[in-house]
Amino acid sequence: MNVGLPHFLTVSAALFSLGLFAVMSRRNAVGILMGVELMLNAASINFVAFSRYVQHGIDGQIMSAFIIVLAAAEAAVALAIVLAMFRNFGTVNADTVQSLKQ
Amino acid sequence: MMSDNAILYSALAILGLPLLSYVLTFFFGKKLPRKGDWIGVGLMGLAELLAIRIFISFWKLGDPTHRVEGSFTWIDLGGFKVDAGVLVDGTTAIMLMVVCTVSFLVHLYSVGYMHGDRRYERFFAFLGFFTFSMLGIVLSNNLFFLYVFWELVGLASYLLIGFFFHKHSAANANKKAFLTNRVGDFGFWLGILVFFTATGTLNYFELFAHVHAGTIKGSLLAWAGVGLFMGCVGKSAQMPLHIWLPDAMEGPTPVSALIHAATMVAAGVYMVARLAPLFGPEAGMVILYVGAITAFIAATIALVKTDIKRVLAFSTLSQLGYMVMALGAGDSVNSMFHLTTHAMFKALLFLGAGSVIHAVHSQEMPDMGGLRKKMPITFVTFVVATLAISGVPFFAGFYSKDGILGSTLAFGMIEGHYLPFILGITAAAVTPFYMFRIVFMTFFGKPRDQEKFDHAHESGWSMTVPLMILGALSICAAGWQTADVGWFSRFMVKYDVPAIAAEFHMEGPAAAEHLDTSHTDDGHGTPADTHAAQADSHAPAGDAHAATADDGHGDAHHDVHHTAHVRAMAMSIGAAFLGILASWWVYHRRKVNTAAIQARLSGVHTVLQGQYFFDEFYAATIYRATLWWAAMCAAFDKYVVDGIVNGTGYLTRMMSWVAGQIDRWVVDGAVNGVAAVLQGAGEGFRRLQTGRVQTYLVYASASVLLLVLVYRVL
Repeated sequence: MNVGLPHFLTVSAALFSLGLFAVMSRRNAVGILMGVELMLNAASINFVAFSRYVQHGIDGQIMSAFIIVLAAAEAAVALAIVLAMFRNFGTVNADTVQSLKQ
Repeated sequence: MMSDNAILYSALAILGLPLLSYVLTFFFGKKLPRKGDWIGVGLMGLAELLAIRIFISFWKLGDPTHRVEGSFTWIDLGGFKVDAGVLVDGTTAIMLMVVCTVSFLVHLYSVGYMHGDRRYERFFAFLGFFTFSMLGIVLSNNLFFLYVFWELVGLASYLLIGFFFHKHSAANANKKAFLTNRVGDFGFWLGILVFFTATGTLNYFELFAHVHAGTIKGSLLAWAGVGLFMGCVGKSAQMPLHIWLPDAMEGPTPVSALIHAATMVAAGVYMVARLAPLFGPEAGMVILYVGAITAFIAATIALVKTDIKRVLAFSTLSQLGYMVMALGAGDSVNSMFHLTTHAMFKALLFLGAGSVIHAVHSQEMPDMGGLRKKMPITFVTFVVATLAISGVPFFAGFYSKDGILGSTLAFGMIEGHYLPFILGITAAAVTPFYMFRIVFMTFFGKPRDQEKFDHAHESGWSMTVPLMILGALSICAAGWQTADVGWFSRFMVKYDVPAIAAEFHMEGPAAAEHLDTSHTDDGHGTPADTHAAQADSHAPAGDAHAATADDGHGDAHHDVHHTAHVRAMAMSIGAAFLGILASWWVYHRRKVNTAAIQARLSGVHTVLQGQYFFDEFYAATIYRATLWWAAMCAAFDKYVVDGIVNGTGYLTRMMSWVAGQIDRWVVDGAVNGVAAVLQGAGEGFRRLQTGRVQTYLVYASASVLLLVLVYRVL
């Protein structure tokens, strides 16, 4: 079977949807972060796939390298926030942290 | 001899002193020792000295046409210009003398009479206020200020008549006096306005010049003159506005002497005499008859009254009638002469009556009797005044009253109007009768009320000294000479009946010119004298017609004048003695049963006792008409005006109710509806905003999905 662009996009879409679903439905802040990582990776796959099949060059790969760096930075900052949240509220449940709402 | 400036400033000082007395006693009287009566008496004494000085100065000068006038512009509004000014001439000098003398003596008298009164200091304040106002009338040189002070004396009179305001009758009397004077003053004001409109000036001598030049003439002049005379009718209590004066006796007796006998009521006479050239022959006729009728009816009413002050009040009315009658006959000199002598003896009569009232505490003559031994000074002075008013020769009143009757008779003989003289001579016979009735009932006979008689005693020196001074003046005030040749001729230009009478045969401006003739022309002098006097004359009425008295009918009239005076003198002496004799016969010897006469002539008695029913007539006509009109107005007010007001109110209420309903349901409904809709929407949309990022993410994703779908489908 010949693997082409649609297969990559399908995987990417599935991954994105899963990530989105995780962000939307998880209560746990860490789970939400993981959903975000999934969506970032889905975007990376798209970049690489388009770079391979549509526009020949290294732009896509550079972009996905950026995304990986960005994801690392994001994970570091976000985990620090989650840590601070836990310290302040004693929980990582995003629903229960709503002092701005009141 | 005083310089003109000295006279002017003295006159102003005389005006200012009573005002100062008024201010001081009004504001500080209660705190001063003796309640400040010495201020009033002292300042009036000072004013009296100044008045005497001016009087002597004019007497020495002996020029009746000399006058001192000083004025400044008070109001200047373009077309309307009023000067405030002072005029001093012979007439003024006499009036200053009269007013200051009587006022000073009344001040002194009041120290004794009003002693112990609760409002002692207020009484002196009002006296000062009155004197100030009266002197203002005397000194004013224009109609505007004359009117201002005219009203001020009215106010002073009102305040003093109602001095015992706790008495109902006094409170009514002062209202009556004030309202009656309003009627007269209304005419007076109209007259002033007519003169001002026609000539544009209010200054006396400028007005004379205008009348002389014929700026105002004919019926306008006549009606304006009648208007001015209405002021005199009100203030000098002439028929038909005389009704207030008898009631004014509710005031304290010194007030009756000062205001309602000697000075204020004479203001009307002074005004007409001062403004004589403004009165045309037609107005003169009105004046003549009004005066004569007043003299007659007042004298007859006095016959039956028993209240000593009321008798004197009617006597005052009668004498004022004489003065006005003389004015009407064109003899303002004898009128002023009588004013002067009358002020002395009538003030004395009132003060004497006050002394008696003070002693027996009653005003009713039936309560008195036999008082001559108890009160010798009062008795003697009262008799002197009575002789003077009766017109007994060698007393002051004789010369002035005789002059008036003579002029009236002369006027009558020339013009054929004998009625005024007949009324006048009748009054002259009646006057001594009722005056001696007072004397006999009060001082002679047996005491009718023993208790009051035992209580009676002579008054203190402050009351007897004024009596004695006035007594002396009642004898010598005329100087035992007539006005034509006596001291009076040094103050006022002699009067001339022929010239006055000649007016009646002329028309228009010519008549007006002759009006002046009567004032500057010396009827008895030679033409050379007359012209010399003219050369010196300061009057604008410098006179082209000086010769009138000497040409044509002048000589004939002269004889008439002379004859008339001789006849009038004989008749008035006869009338005086007849009256005295009759009174003595009736009231002293008691040879006549007065009760029987009263019973037989009950109709006449009722009319006289009812004062010719003037009050009743007014009550039936004017008062009733006024009350009816007031009731009509009240009804109009109640039904029409109130109806409109209430109807408007009801309508407004109805409209408000409707507007309220609209407001409540429509406007409020709209407002509330908007609010409710917004609130409902808010409630709904509120649920979308959960504050959870994930929810928003769902919305965002769903929206993107929707957009993609829409894009694909379209």
